[in-house]
Amino acid sequence: MISDKRITLAHGSGGLQTHKLIKNLFRKYFSNKYLNPLEDSALLKTGTENLLFTTDSHVIKPLFYPGGNIGKLAVSGTVNDLAVCGAVPQWISCGMIIEEGFSIDDLEKIVISMKQTAEDAGVQIVTGDTKVVERGNADGIYINTAGIGTRIEGVDLGVHNIQPGDMVIINGYIGDHGTAIITTREKFPINIDIKSDCRPLNKETIALLSKLDGIRIMRDPTRGGVATTLNEFVENQGYGVQIIEKNCPIRPVVSGLCEPLGFDPLYLANEGKLIIVVASDEAQNVIEILKSFPENDNPCIIGEVVEEPKGKVVMETSIGSSRILDMLSGEMLPRIC
Amino acid sequence: MLKYIDEFRNPNLVKSVVVRIHGEFSGKAVKFMEVCGGHTVTIFKYGIQKLLPERVYLISGPGCPVCVTDVAFIDKAIALAHRKNVIITSFGDMIRVPGSRTSLQREKGNGIDLRICYSPMDALTIARDNPGKEVVFLGIGFETTAPTVAAAIKLAADNNVRNFSVLSAHKTMPQAMQALLDSGEIDIHGFICPGHVSAITGIHIYDFIAEKYNIPCVVSGFEPLDMLESILMLIRQINSDNATVENQYARSVREYGNQTAIEIMNEVFEAVDTEWRGIGTIPGSGLGIRTDYANYDAERKFDISIESVRECPGCICGDIMRGVKVPWDCKLFAKVCHPEDPKGSCMVSNEGTCATWYKYAAKENG
Repeated sequence: MISDKRITLAHGSGGLQTHKLIKNLFRKYFSNKYLNPLEDSALLKTGTENLLFTTDSHVIKPLFYPGGNIGKLAVSGTVNDLAVCGAVPQWISCGMIIEEGFSIDDLEKIVISMKQTAEDAGVQIVTGDTKVVERGNADGIYINTAGIGTRIEGVDLGVHNIQPGDMVIINGYIGDHGTAIITTREKFPINIDIKSDCRPLNKETIALLSKLDGIRIMRDPTRGGVATTLNEFVENQGYGVQIIEKNCPIRPVVSGLCEPLGFDPLYLANEGKLIIVVASDEAQNVIEILKSFPENDNPCIIGEVVEEPKGKVVMETSIGSSRILDMLSGEMLPRIC
Repeated sequence: MLKYIDEFRNPNLVKSVVVRIHGEFSGKAVKFMEVCGGHTVTIFKYGIQKLLPERVYLISGPGCPVCVTDVAFIDKAIALAHRKNVIITSFGDMIRVPGSRTSLQREKGNGIDLRICYSPMDALTIARDNPGKEVVFLGIGFETTAPTVAAAIKLAADNNVRNFSVLSAHKTMPQAMQALLDSGEIDIHGFICPGHVSAITGIHIYDFIAEKYNIPCVVSGFEPLDMLESILMLIRQINSDNATVENQYARSVREYGNQTAIEIMNEVFEAVDTEWRGIGTIPGSGLGIRTDYANYDAERKFDISIESVRECPGCICGDIMRGVKVPWDCKLFAKVCHPEDPKGSCMVSNEGTCATWYKYAAKENG
């Protein structure tokens, strides 16, 4: 029998154990009306303004990978957490924990990347903190960012808006970030041409929310992937989601790497993807708006909200049968054979 | 490469095989056992059971190497890991398997040096890069993985890499299938045999099942179309009342297998009695390291002592691996036992029966 007295990596995987830790420890002691809904950002009402406030810590190995680095990720991640909640992201903080001996050249590359990403997103980095720990007490560098944004007027996003008949849309290829990270970290002796999709998504979200009324909810499917995000939409709700496997855009290089490792691209992390649930009569408009931004390489409808089965995500498989698509549970580990 | 895979997932071809299965199935209930965990995953991932006639039942067998590895092996690996200057190297899904008191993953939190490898050759590289440390590879798996582990041991011996050794729990497939049949616990009308094992051994390792037990066998590939075609072949064998061993996976499996791989496996390993988790000792079903390579056998190299071995009370992994019970029959399944905190080995590997049911079907009835 195994006792549960210590933190394991599973507590940080974003799945079941993480949820338990948050609910049974953090929310238990921190409980308040802003925290308790456990959304990506907390909604704070100050006078007439609705502010959204979020924070995210970034620990990633490797620090530099094709398509980005920890700095770009730290800004994009926080911007996106605000953006999908309907905010115009405005201000970001930057807390750095750096290991003794870390290269200042690398630090500069990270900082320049943060500056460029912040400019792209139209946010300012307005406060920060620096700590250095002894060699061996951290893995290079960790970055925490917090962000504040103002909520776009009249916007109300959430699972409570979702109705059967709504369409589920993604803005492009699934699993690129996860694949870029795995291939860089594991140094496979094969040549794989893949870049992380890591980037801020607030231009798209602002365009969508200012032009359309039918957006029900938006999420960025990061840790746990598309499958986990879709399950968050349906959990304890009176509807389900049906996904068509063959409509899910996955690059051949991503599915090709996942095959031998036993990974499913639908559980791989993304850092520049948006899943949007929208009223069916506005689905085509969402696609058109997404297409007007060239970075959205393949926006498409991947499924729809259905009355049955309630609380579940069902996938029509590529061979024409169906199965349940569940949340990620545990870490993804490469299989033996 | 992927185009080659897509053809085996073509919905129109799938449909045509499904139509033939329905047309040719006699209607008399049959149970087919897919021995390999990889097959179980394909069945669930693509929803294959739903395409079959109601009375064609697929049951999972003991072919997930992580699942059948016994508790004492994990306990020994953990004991070794806690020695000074030892690096444990392992396939990824092995690290979460619960031993008697803890798992390798949990002990990582207590500071053991544990590294995940994609191949035993990676472990050998780690040994070369760390001459001051002892590098132990956890050798698990069937005939599919045993040859590469044998090759790593042979390479270490040829190059005199002395700080490398293997803790071997390798197993062979036919003896386990025979043990299942001899137990008389389940009625099996056909075996879907693991293609990757036969890629090494050839297809005749199952001849005795067809001849002695009169049960049809089809060596199968892992794509949905492979599996449906194998099911059709089993139904045809039953209809013609002629049990034999057929090869559906001819694009990868040669009748007599891979002689080079067989030779290297036989040079390094020999048949030994071994313990299967939840099943017990099966004579001659394990691969022990031969005396010639004793220096590379972690069991001989280190004096490993472990405390008494204990299984999690209530876990029915053994019954599940024998095909006698299904995960829903287990009181722990999806309640206290889930992939993040597995109580039994079947919940650990991506290809374990309980993990597969949990991922693809736990909500189906819930």
